[in-house]
Amino acid sequence: MEKFITLESTCVPLQVEDIDTDQIIPARFLKATNKEGFGDNLFCDWRYNENGDPRENFILNDPTYSGRILVAGKNFGCGSSREHAAWALTGYGFKAVVSSFFADIFKNNALNNGLLPVQVSEEFLQKIFKAVKANPAEKIFIDLKNQTIKILSTNESEQFDINNYKKICLMNGQDDIDYLLSIKNDIEAFEKERTSF
Amino acid sequence: MSKTLFDKIWERHVVKTIENGPDVLYIDKHLIHEVTSPQAFEGLKQRNLPVFRPQNVVATPDHNVPTIDQHLPIRDELSRLQVKKLTENCEANNITLYGLNSPNQGIVHIIGPELGITQPGMTIVCGDSHTATHGAFGTIAFGIGTSEVEMALATQCLLQYKPKRMRINVDGQLKKGVRSKDIILYIISKLTASGGTGYFVEYAGSAISSLSMEARMTICNMSIEMGARGGLIAPDEKTFEYVKSREYAPKGEAFEKAVEYWRTLKSDEDAVFDKEYTFDAADIEPMITYGTNPGMGMRITDHIPENEPNKKALEYMGLKEGEQLLGKEINYVFIGSCTNARIEDLREVASILKGHKKAPNVNVYIVPGSKQVEKQAIAEGLDKIFKEAGFQLRQPGCSACLAMNDDKVPKGQYCVSTSNRNFEGRQGPGSRTFLVSPATAAATAISGTISDVRELI
Repeated sequence: MEKFITLESTCVPLQVEDIDTDQIIPARFLKATNKEGFGDNLFCDWRYNENGDPRENFILNDPTYSGRILVAGKNFGCGSSREHAAWALTGYGFKAVVSSFFADIFKNNALNNGLLPVQVSEEFLQKIFKAVKANPAEKIFIDLKNQTIKILSTNESEQFDINNYKKICLMNGQDDIDYLLSIKNDIEAFEKERTSF
Repeated sequence: MSKTLFDKIWERHVVKTIENGPDVLYIDKHLIHEVTSPQAFEGLKQRNLPVFRPQNVVATPDHNVPTIDQHLPIRDELSRLQVKKLTENCEANNITLYGLNSPNQGIVHIIGPELGITQPGMTIVCGDSHTATHGAFGTIAFGIGTSEVEMALATQCLLQYKPKRMRINVDGQLKKGVRSKDIILYIISKLTASGGTGYFVEYAGSAISSLSMEARMTICNMSIEMGARGGLIAPDEKTFEYVKSREYAPKGEAFEKAVEYWRTLKSDEDAVFDKEYTFDAADIEPMITYGTNPGMGMRITDHIPENEPNKKALEYMGLKEGEQLLGKEINYVFIGSCTNARIEDLREVASILKGHKKAPNVNVYIVPGSKQVEKQAIAEGLDKIFKEAGFQLRQPGCSACLAMNDDKVPKGQYCVSTSNRNFEGRQGPGSRTFLVSPATAAATAISGTISDVRELI
């Protein structure tokens, strides 16, 4: 997994709430047996019409906005547990998603793929939307170590929460399996000691 | 200190706690299917790791499988390849697989309880958000992503932060025509699609304990639709009776011993929950969703509420604020999914159908949840009732719940569905879904318009 320390980028504002993982990657694209290529179908049904032509009014098709940070409305990633949603976002090139609320499973999946979910207050989220709409070249700076997110032109910033364990994993580019494998003896001892399930 | 049911099960499964970090949680049963497991096996291969406890893993293909001609090779190349991969991965790692040719194949959350794999007090995971279904037996069951599938295959453990605890009580007697699906749609409409995020829910109260095991599974199944990681119900005599003598259940003395332990699985009298809600069963009526998330629900007789955030959803659905859905012409009825494709669901549909035929404007798919459900339905002659009514009884799988196979609702068409999600395009690109109980679905199939089942029973 790639390390995540800081990120400075322009962003893509997707001002929609309750974006579910079926929108991020529709189920018909889940037939792959590897993790490659999902970025091409990110937000497929919002991005393309039934003939496969780009829909002009969708934000990813608007050349005004680009960047490695997706900014989205509250309750991002609700619904299905498909990790393909995280793979689609990273495959497209996003390194962070900013929202005022994330669904649990999506958050775990994102963290397990080096995609940082940054949960901000609704007020700060609206500030970012406003800043980016006013100036699409606006940059956002995310500092994982200090757990801060900043709108560069205005210098407005906010602290965000992330659990300490995951933070260290992301900063070191390690994943949970590395840790679990290191405590295999404990797992085996637990299995021997337990009476029933 | 007094404890909740959730705490009791969780604590028994903590291998160790990382300081300022998550718990290492031991997983008793890991269920896998063809769509979210291939990349996990690939990951193991790359790390040169074996499956740690293959005897604790059970597999079945369900998400992408066709629901006709299952004896023939799968026509869709990518689906065929995924099912083949699952088969190869199970063979290479000594994992029990109930393949398409097995009499035990079916939707993973239906075969788990059916085979007795699901037992009270367990931790169960699967790469599918509806794993919460198994909570009906008093288990901690939740959906995980593919990285976590890989972790569970490699170590039989997951790193998890303990969620907060919520209890939802539903007390009193259910009114005529109100089913467990209506209860959960009602709860989600009250709590919203994100109201349970961060929580693990215990469902309690006299209306919940009056339900059959299958009806309880419908409730727990949809916990994720309010954002909760899972939902569970304290096991009771009905639970023990259901598990007894199933294939994987302990037998004889071992079963009696297990029941003795299972009886301790309940929240202590004075256990404290982080959040608690209480609803009166008498307030619940047959429910329907009108929008594009399961929280957008109302009584079937209601008018669509006026609410700013609903605008985008209503535009997608081709509906207007203030509109009543009763009497609205629809095109498809889908009876199936891990929410409502068990034998009791099929029996209910048949009992409402008797003597009626489907309306000519409606296509009806009825998809049993497993081969065992299908077999039982045929043994009871339900297949004949469905055939006479003009329903297509198909073969087991997830089918039009998520439309990974050919069972899709065309663009712009309305589908009244017993499944769990009404997201945009969920049942096929551009499809429009109304979530309801099997009883409401049956009544709607007969009239061809959204109907109140209470007028038929």
